[in-house]
Amino acid sequence: MNSIAVRAAADNIPNTREKLSIRALSFFYGEAKALNGIDLQLHERQVSALIGPSGCGKSTLLRVLNRMYALYPNQRAEGEVWLDGENILRPEQDLNFLRAKVGMVFQKPTPFPMSIYENIAFGLRLYEKLSRAEMGERVERALTRAALWEEVKDRLNASALGLSGGQQQRLCIARTIAVKPEVILLDEPTSALDPISTAKVEDLIDELKRDFTIVVVTHNMQQAARVADRTAFLYLGNLIEEGPTSMMFNNPKDRRTLDYITGRFG
Amino acid sequence: MMSRYSRRLLRSRVWLTFSVGAAAFGLLWLVLILSTLVWNGLAGLSFSVFTEMTPPPGGAGGLLNPIIGSLIITALAVAIGTPVGILAGTYMAEYGRFDRITYAIRFINDILLSAPSIIVGLFVYEILVVPMGHFSGFAGAVALAVIVIPVVVRTTEDMLLLVPNQMREAASALGAPQWFVISRVAYRAAQAGIITGVLLAVARISGETAPLLFTALNNQFWSINLNTPMPSLPVVIFQFALSPYEDWQRLAWTGALLITAAVLSLSVLARTLASKGGER
Repeated sequence: MNSIAVRAAADNIPNTREKLSIRALSFFYGEAKALNGIDLQLHERQVSALIGPSGCGKSTLLRVLNRMYALYPNQRAEGEVWLDGENILRPEQDLNFLRAKVGMVFQKPTPFPMSIYENIAFGLRLYEKLSRAEMGERVERALTRAALWEEVKDRLNASALGLSGGQQQRLCIARTIAVKPEVILLDEPTSALDPISTAKVEDLIDELKRDFTIVVVTHNMQQAARVADRTAFLYLGNLIEEGPTSMMFNNPKDRRTLDYITGRFG
Repeated sequence: MMSRYSRRLLRSRVWLTFSVGAAAFGLLWLVLILSTLVWNGLAGLSFSVFTEMTPPPGGAGGLLNPIIGSLIITALAVAIGTPVGILAGTYMAEYGRFDRITYAIRFINDILLSAPSIIVGLFVYEILVVPMGHFSGFAGAVALAVIVIPVVVRTTEDMLLLVPNQMREAASALGAPQWFVISRVAYRAAQAGIITGVLLAVARISGETAPLLFTALNNQFWSINLNTPMPSLPVVIFQFALSPYEDWQRLAWTGALLITAAVLSLSVLARTLASKGGER
């Protein structure tokens, strides 16, 4: 029926507790409604993929989870998002603290215009007071974890803007995990990368889920099949179907999910 | 009969000739001005220009006091205008980007940007010189600062708006508060452009005469007291060039050459910085 190889052995999904619980979430850009009463649970130490055609609201949903949308006026969320027993949509939520806990990596690599070392140290300095030696060690550990250390260890003081696109993206992932978040949001993290870099980032995602709750938005269904434990399909601002990735790809319940994953639209 | 192609070719040649001619005509005057300036300015250029005070008519002397006066007044104007300009530009591009007042500020700033400088001089004359009862170097610096501010506001805002939003989001996503995002990431990304803006503002004010006539006035003598009238190169040039004395006129040419050289090197520096910023 479909030829996508599903890596995630359905029976093998770690049975973990809920990390994020999205309840009756609607989202508005000014007057336009972009999400319509979403209910979705995201589990600890699992990779959850959000798939769907352009404009379906998957990136919007991701940007609610760290309240990135709050940087802009006229963007508004209704409903609840519970993270470890706290509704992060409540007005008194400290946004900086939330974002330190819920990290985000973007579609286009976004290195800061400073050295490789400083890119990692930037986030660390915000919430921790570290000695030079400790800082150096944390930087090395983050870069190692992001499979970048071997490539950059001799030029930590060189500008991060001189790295290749794939390296820049791994640097952004290193920068995110350095501050030890609990959740990592990935917004189409490989859509600007070549196949080899994509494979590296996917391996990295697989490795990182041992410690983090990962939510990845992707346009690429093979990618969802390769990296995600669970997959949610969004269409026109509605959550159509959600479940273990193998089930979503081999045996979807909804006609629209089937049409989308077999490439009939989107 | 001429083919369409050869007709088009002919038309292209005619227009090319016109454009090259117009460009050459414009450049010709620039070359004439510069060569006259260099010719007459170099004639009076000597070591004593930098070591001696402005002379009385017929006496020997240099331009030391107006050079120092110009440096002090310009430096003070930049010291006043740059922080105000950068902070205002930062408000417009970062904190108040979506506020209606930002549009109003931008509009007023653009008017200020093209306001005749003599009006700025009159304004400072009214608010500083009249209450103080005398002309002063300080009033001159304030007048020039008023000219610096809109230039710096504009470039700061423009340069910050060029910083991709995703960069700010990436920094916010690490939990950085807004002032941290601005000071560590946005400024860093925009710094070459902002510095270029400040340099261009310096270039702009270093030749201003009208605002200084109403504020710092002039001084025949050594004066580094900001509370007294102070000499400056543009005003001395103005005074000496209009005088009937030949030695004064020669000094005016030399002063003009000095200012032009200073503005030229500032512009080159600004260009270099800007292109370096663009490479990244």
